[in-house]
Amino acid sequence: MRLADLSFDTYQDRLAERGVILQTGPFSISVKSRIPSVIESIWALYRDYPCLDNQDFADFHIDIRKPKGIRRWFHPQVYFYFDDHAPFQPLPLNDAYPLFEWGMNWCVANFAHRYLMIHAAVCERNGKAVIMPAPPGSGKSTLCAALALRGWRLLSDELTLIDLQNQLAVPVPRPVSLKNESIDVIKGFEPSAYVNRSFEDTNKGTVAHMRVSTESVDRAMETAKPAWVILPKYKAGSSLQLEKNSPGHSFMWLAENSFNYSVLGKGGFTGVAELVDHTESYTFTYSDLDEAVEIFEQLATSS
Amino acid sequence: MTVMNDKNMLVEMLRDVQQASSLTMHQWDLLLRQARESGLLSRLSYQFQQNHYEHVPEQLMWHFESAITYAERQRQVVEWEVRCISEAMASLDVPIVLLKGAAYVMAVLPSARGRIFSDIDLLVPKQQINAVEKSLFGAGWVTTHLNAYDQRYYRQWMHEIPPMQHHQRRSVLDVHHNILPVTARANPDASLLLSEIKRIDENKNLYVLSPCDMIIHSATHLFFDGEFEHGLRDLLDMHDLITYFAGEVGFWQQLVERAEALTLLRPLYYALMHVQRLYHTEIPANVFIMLGKGKPRALTGLFMNRMFELALRPPHSSCRNIATASADAFLYTRAHFLRMPLHLLIPHLTRKAFRPDD
Repeated sequence: MRLADLSFDTYQDRLAERGVILQTGPFSISVKSRIPSVIESIWALYRDYPCLDNQDFADFHIDIRKPKGIRRWFHPQVYFYFDDHAPFQPLPLNDAYPLFEWGMNWCVANFAHRYLMIHAAVCERNGKAVIMPAPPGSGKSTLCAALALRGWRLLSDELTLIDLQNQLAVPVPRPVSLKNESIDVIKGFEPSAYVNRSFEDTNKGTVAHMRVSTESVDRAMETAKPAWVILPKYKAGSSLQLEKNSPGHSFMWLAENSFNYSVLGKGGFTGVAELVDHTESYTFTYSDLDEAVEIFEQLATSS
Repeated sequence: MTVMNDKNMLVEMLRDVQQASSLTMHQWDLLLRQARESGLLSRLSYQFQQNHYEHVPEQLMWHFESAITYAERQRQVVEWEVRCISEAMASLDVPIVLLKGAAYVMAVLPSARGRIFSDIDLLVPKQQINAVEKSLFGAGWVTTHLNAYDQRYYRQWMHEIPPMQHHQRRSVLDVHHNILPVTARANPDASLLLSEIKRIDENKNLYVLSPCDMIIHSATHLFFDGEFEHGLRDLLDMHDLITYFAGEVGFWQQLVERAEALTLLRPLYYALMHVQRLYHTEIPANVFIMLGKGKPRALTGLFMNRMFELALRPPHSSCRNIATASADAFLYTRAHFLRMPLHLLIPHLTRKAFRPDD
């Protein structure tokens, strides 16, 4: 059953009372909230996701809710509750929906040590995955959104999970988080893309989320073999450059951008090393999205 | 099989993981949440692992495997930190007595399995605490409470100096010279503890308390303290220690005599009551008779045990209600009275109320 199979009223009641259980890749997440922006955004962005309506188990239980005291009304705030405790400081109520998305990432990054977890976008074409580890501001999410709109299957825009048993990338498809200028860039790039409303002045600037394709959601149990590690660098006015990285460089990038490289100990080291051995690595500088997508297209068809 | 208590899944399972064979998915859900909130998920995972995950549904397995990975990593980190501490103090002729979590890990005791903790606790002789602090500072650990009031508060009244944090690795050390504050009602003699310490590494300066003292310390810490968030974990430590050491000749008599010498019979009494109640620890009936003076008066005992029973439930909403909340509040207040006389406590709390950032 998909979320959209519920009526909006039923959905809203469940979200307020016992929680709605959504499935994203290997994880089931029970979500509760009574906050309008959260109710509307989940409804719009997660409509295709499996909704485990009659299951009484969830991997994570989260609640996005307002505080009890004065901050419910005066400069209202919002908390992310992971089960019974709030792991972070509250944020302004305006950030409720982005907080839900960040909180979901936190759940996975904190607990899923079965995987090597890398802060990277990951997309697949013809059975091969491209991993893009990069710091914020490098245009990783923008590039990933563009690829997802041009026939690539999105596995995740933030969290690359590598199953250490078989070195395959495991999808956790979620809405793509676009920031600041990239919101309009993506709307211009593909006017038919569904981009949810913007949340302004969050601690990451203006944030809006793009819905992922039904196909990405439906194939969320399908892993992909990593073929490329690409470090994207958006540089205004630059021409396209694709430079090969040394294995050492690629290793350091992956390790530095991993959430649990050190938690995995030796497993982290061998996991990254194997990934480097089985992928080609490039630094990719771009300014024009259409040209960038074209290069990825060539990569996917050439080998 | 006994009928499973649907509310407190965690303690039932810690007692006997075989019961997992009959869990519904709803009960698994509760179990996982209670274990996570109590900081006992890794510990529970080890128990499942010992049984080859026999009864764990495939879909849930990763939670337990992941918790073990995390705990393994923590054990490595603790071993490394302790090595650094030992090296930092190598030139001092001072025994470093590891307490609680770090002690269990380094002495390879059963209570170390999957035990999650954040700070490393040490006990050193009071006369040498300044030298110890200097050596640790030299190795990169810096005092954390920088304002004058807190510094004085710790150094004058507490049983430890302000926590020290490593400037690069962020590890936190609590360096103690006793196991209770200077101001507390009970006043154990630290030199007694130090006289019985056991060396755990022939080439180094690392020690742990004697088995009886480890149990008494853990009991004192829990039953004099006002926060029971880790209560189930601490009681489990005591259960493990008792089960591991109880076979030694004269163990029970030694334990009781030791608690009396340290003026800590009362916390030991409560600890034994509650490990037996929760984890079914084997304790000979005559031990409670031997504890004689440690027992509270009948009515007090009844009341206190009820308070502890409420506070020692998993800190998860499925096990919590208005009664547990009042027990928490009562025990929190009690802890303050036990640790500090009123003429010190009132000015301290007043200051903290108005200048919380101090």
